Amino acid sequence: MSAVTDPTTTVAAPPTIAAASSVAAERRRHSFWNPPLAVGAAILAAMVVFVVVYPMISPHDPTEPNFAAGTFLGPSREHLLGTDNFGRDILTRLAYGGRIDLALASVATLITVLVGSAVGLATGYFGGWVDTLMMRLVDFTLTMPYLVLVIAIVAILGPGTLNILYAIILVGWVSYARIVRGETLVARRQEYVEAARVTGMTDRRVMLRHILPNVVTTAIVFATADLVLNILLASSLSFLGLGTQPPNPEWGLMVAEARDFFLKDWRLMTYPGLAVLVTGAALGLIGDGLAQTLRPKG
Amino acid sequence: MLAYIARRLVQMVPVLFLITLFVFFLVRLVPGDPALIMLGNRATEENIAKLRAHLGLDQPLWVQYGRFMGNLAHGDLGESVRRGEPVTGIIRDRLPPTLFLVGYALLLSTVISVPLATLGALHRERWPDQAVRVFALVALAMPTYWIGMMLLQTFAVKLKAFPVAGYGETLPEHLHSLFLPALALALGIASVLTRSLRNALLETMAADHVRTARAKGLRSRKVFTWHVMRNSLLSTVTILGINLAFLIGGTTIIETIFGIPGLGQLIVRSIFDRDYPIIQGVTLAFGVLVMLVNLLTDLSYAALDPRISYQ
Repeated sequence: MSAVTDPTTTVAAPPTIAAASSVAAERRRHSFWNPPLAVGAAILAAMVVFVVVYPMISPHDPTEPNFAAGTFLGPSREHLLGTDNFGRDILTRLAYGGRIDLALASVATLITVLVGSAVGLATGYFGGWVDTLMMRLVDFTLTMPYLVLVIAIVAILGPGTLNILYAIILVGWVSYARIVRGETLVARRQEYVEAARVTGMTDRRVMLRHILPNVVTTAIVFATADLVLNILLASSLSFLGLGTQPPNPEWGLMVAEARDFFLKDWRLMTYPGLAVLVTGAALGLIGDGLAQTLRPKG
Repeated sequence: MLAYIARRLVQMVPVLFLITLFVFFLVRLVPGDPALIMLGNRATEENIAKLRAHLGLDQPLWVQYGRFMGNLAHGDLGESVRRGEPVTGIIRDRLPPTLFLVGYALLLSTVISVPLATLGALHRERWPDQAVRVFALVALAMPTYWIGMMLLQTFAVKLKAFPVAGYGETLPEHLHSLFLPALALALGIASVLTRSLRNALLETMAADHVRTARAKGLRSRKVFTWHVMRNSLLSTVTILGINLAFLIGGTTIIETIFGIPGLGQLIVRSIFDRDYPIIQGVTLAFGVLVMLVNLLTDLSYAALDPRISYQ
C-alpha cells in the first residue's frame, strides 16, 4: 500500500502491481519486528507457555495442604521455588494463578475491544442522540476512578472471579468506544470514504471495509496497555478479597496471603508480584513496539 | 476567568447527573429489597417499614430518584448500616487523609519524574536514557498492592522506620506516616509522567525559540529552566489530569494496606460489611472529587501558559 502512494516511487518509475506488493511485503518484513516488540513477545510467550503447560506436568496439587512435604521449604529439585505455609508447591500455584489472571484479562480485553469498537464505529458514523448519550457515558466513566467504579459494581454483583470479569467488561468497553468514535469522526470526512459512499455502497460496507481498517490501529495499541491494566485490576481486586477466593491460587491473592509470613519467608510475597511485573513489562514492551511499527511512516 | 469557571461548572452537570443516577441504582440493582439491603439483616420490621416509606419504594422509580436528589441537596445520604451515623459526617471525617495522600503522591511523583525526564532528555539514546526507560517500564507494570506491601513489610514492620498503620495527628506526623503509601501510589503515575515529560522536553529542545535563546547567548541552564522545562510542563499537566482519576482510585488499595482512615479504605471495608449507604456516598464523593481536581488542573494551565485565555 505505502509503496504505491509514496510520491518518490511513483515519480521514479511507476511500479508494476507485482513489484509494488513485493516492495510492501519487504517493508513489512523489515519493519514489523523491532527490539521491544520481539523481547516483549518472547517474554509473554514464555509466560503463556508456563501457565498453560506447567500445571499439566507438575505432580503437585495447587490447593490441597501438604504439611508432610514441609512448609516454607527453600528451592529444591522437587520444589523449584520451594513451598508455602501449607507446604504447597509455589511454582505450581504461580502457574495456576497465572491462568486465572491471564485468561480473565484476555477475555475482558477481547470483549471490551469488540463491543467498544462496534459502538464507537456506529456512533461515530451515524451520530445523533445515541452519539450524544454515548459521549455523556464516556464523560462519566472518565470521571469516576476506574477502580472505584469496578469496586462499586462488584458491590452489586458480589465478590468472585467471574463477577470481576463482568465488572471490568461493563466499564472497560467505554474507552474503546471513545477512541474508535474519535477516529471514525475523522475518517468519515476523508475523501476515500466519500468516494465509497458515492459509489452506492451500503453504510455497513463502508464502515466495515473502509473505516474500520483505518481506525482499529489505535484501539489495538491501546489494548496492549489495557491488558496490563486488566491484569493489575483483576489481581488488585483479588488482593482486596473481592475476586478469586482461597484456597484457589491467584497472583494478587497470593501476595495478600503472604502478608503474615513476610518476616519468616519474604519469597512468598515476592514471586507472585514479580510474575505480575514481568507479564506487565512484557506487554508494555509489546505496546511500545506495536506503536512504533504501526505508526504511519512519512 | 470567573465566567470560565462558571461555564465549566455548568458542563459538569450532565456528568454529575449520571453519577447520582449510578449511585441511586447501585442499591436498587442488588437483588432484594433496597430498604432491607440498606439496613442490613439485623434491622427491625419497624425500621424497615420506616425507611421504605422514607425512600418511597412503593412509588415509581422517578419519584424515588426525586426524593433521593432532594435528600442529597440537604446533604442527606442516609445512615451507615454498621454505625448508625449519617454517611455525610463519616465521609467528611474520612476526606482529609485521602486528600493528603493524593497530594503527597502527586508531589512525590513530580519529585521523581522531573529529574528522571531531564536526565533522559539530556542524554538521549545513551545509557542514562535507557535506564530511565527501564524505570518507566517497570514502574508502570508494578502492581500497587505489591510494592505497597513490600515497602510496608520491609521499612515499617522489619526496619521499624515508619509506623505500620495510621495517619498521625500533626503535619510532620502525616508526612512521616504517609511517606511509604504515597511513594507506592506515586510510582505508577511517575512512570507515565517521566515518559511524557521526556518526550516533551526533547520536542521543545528542538524548537526554534530555544535555538534563538541559545543563539542570543543565554546560559544553557537558564535556557533549559525557562524555555524548555516551562513549555514542556504544559503537555505533562494534561497527562497528569487524565491520570489523576487512576491515582485517586489507587487509594482504595493503598489505604487498605497501610490502615489509613480515608475514603478508599472505607469503601473496601463497606463492601464486606454490605454497608450500601456508605458505598453510595463514597462513590459519589470520589466522582465529585475527580471532577473538582480536573477543574483545578485546567485552571493551573493558566499559571503555566499565559497564552491560554479563559473566555
